[in-house]
Amino acid sequence: MEFNFNIEGGNFSRAGTASSEIKKILKQLNVDSNLIKRIVVALYEAEVNVVAHAWEGNIYVHIRPDAIEVTVADKGPGIPDINLAMQEGYSTASPEVREMGFGAGMGLPNMQKNCDKLQIESEINIGTKVTMLTYLKPQ
Amino acid sequence: MKGEAFYHALKIMDSVCTGCTHCMHLCPTSAIRIKNGKASLNEAACTDCGMCLKTCPQQAIIVEQDDFSQIFKFSYRIILLPTVLIGQFPEDISEEQIFSELHNMGFHYVMEVDKATEILSEETRKYMEKNSHLRPFISNSCPAVIRLIQVRFPSLIDHIIRLKQVMDIAAIYVRKKFIDKGIPAEEIGVFFVTQCAAKIAAIKCPVGEEKSSVDGVINMDFIYNKILLAINKNKDKPIDKVPEQYHLTPESIRWTLTDGEASHYAGRCLAIDEIHNVIEILEKLENDEITDIDFLELRACDHSCAGGALTINNRFLTIERLQKRMENYVKNHYHTVNKMPQYRDFLNEQIRLTGKILPRSIEKLDENMLIAMEKMEKINRIMKVLPQIDCGACGTPSCRTLAQDVVQGKAKLNQCVFMQKILTKEGLITPEESMELSAKIWGAEKFNK
Repeated sequence: MEFNFNIEGGNFSRAGTASSEIKKILKQLNVDSNLIKRIVVALYEAEVNVVAHAWEGNIYVHIRPDAIEVTVADKGPGIPDINLAMQEGYSTASPEVREMGFGAGMGLPNMQKNCDKLQIESEINIGTKVTMLTYLKPQ
Repeated sequence: MKGEAFYHALKIMDSVCTGCTHCMHLCPTSAIRIKNGKASLNEAACTDCGMCLKTCPQQAIIVEQDDFSQIFKFSYRIILLPTVLIGQFPEDISEEQIFSELHNMGFHYVMEVDKATEILSEETRKYMEKNSHLRPFISNSCPAVIRLIQVRFPSLIDHIIRLKQVMDIAAIYVRKKFIDKGIPAEEIGVFFVTQCAAKIAAIKCPVGEEKSSVDGVINMDFIYNKILLAINKNKDKPIDKVPEQYHLTPESIRWTLTDGEASHYAGRCLAIDEIHNVIEILEKLENDEITDIDFLELRACDHSCAGGALTINNRFLTIERLQKRMENYVKNHYHTVNKMPQYRDFLNEQIRLTGKILPRSIEKLDENMLIAMEKMEKINRIMKVLPQIDCGACGTPSCRTLAQDVVQGKAKLNQCVFMQKILTKEGLITPEESMELSAKIWGAEKFNK
């Protein structure tokens, strides 16, 4: 099963809507509530990243019988140094974004923590694609 | 809690219900459908929040109560009052008058439940220190919120503070007190005056414990009328002196009002009232959108217990009356001797919930994920043909709930009036058949005009 959601860059008032929608779907599919929590937390971080840094983005959710794959792709500035971005506390968010309570530098580390496989592809001034895989049963 | 049966004090009176859909649209768990022109309740989804009762223009929804004469089954009768009851009366009616009339009605002892908040808040503090890994803590005080979390947010169950309700602590205390005075346990009856349906459900069908310590429930509107009539009747007579003290500390008076709990604890504490507001916060909490919160006071009613479904007075006037009561306590240097701390060790042994708070998810389409996926695909297909205007004419709150009911075999797609028009135009059903379909939902009499 597949679902698509659009994310608007820069609009913090809508950040989290896609995560909530996907949460509803996963609840209906009777996915274990702890797994839902992990997936949604990771997805929310990814969604906020797009809102905070990119111009626009898209969430693609693929629900498979064995795993849930979430791909968040954006058109945006890209990540110059992915290893640096993976460090806890490292942030390139603007002061305005931080004032709104975002941009603490925990986004990518939190995503890493809350999924089984994280893959990041990024190209400067083109965009970033984050793929998160979560297995439904322990591997 | 036994098996799948859930006790609900909310009852829809078929003889009064007109099937007007107000309750169906407002229910936070979509637990109401219209069948044969009457609202009908899905007991597994209902949280006893009382929204339906408050919105019903026909007063067709009532809160069932035990017969008042049940109190006389016990030879020693104790009544527990929430402070909100005092807030129902105008200022010129004193606490002493209210207590006195309760004695005249046959109660031997009157106690305000919120006296127990002192011990509960202390124990809550200790509980939070000991279990810091379970932050943010969710207050256990509103039974409707507990049930809401069970059915809609089961992943948050562990955050609920696993301590007993104020009324249970008060009941355990007062029973012990009179047993110690030599009254046989079986002769003591403890009755709680309730401002809402959720407290009744918590007593008849408790969550996280085997049995409530309260023996029976008296609805607030019922006892209010009884007290007021008695006061009016006896207004020229001097007030009979009562043996209990009838003052309460401002902290205890404030407890059931909004921020009454949250203001007690250190850290980042939020107080949220009204069930749709509560849902909004729980959604955010579940997504980890809000972190760094220590304590959440969540109440189903607007303005907390002052807005309970069984209250009589306007909730803002109730709050004003209680604020005056708090001011008077300070102004007149009242002093309350709370003897409960003498029973601290005894109460602390029993204050914890020993049973589990079980998840009761109503969202899942099927236990089996593959079947649930098939059902979801079917729902998405159905959604494409439905008008998506959530008119409610099919007897369910929205197009989506109709689609869900259809895949669960609880409804038929042709309940939708748009579908009926299309089917009639294409000659697939006759106008009479369309009429019959609507009559099934709305009752035949609505079409015999």
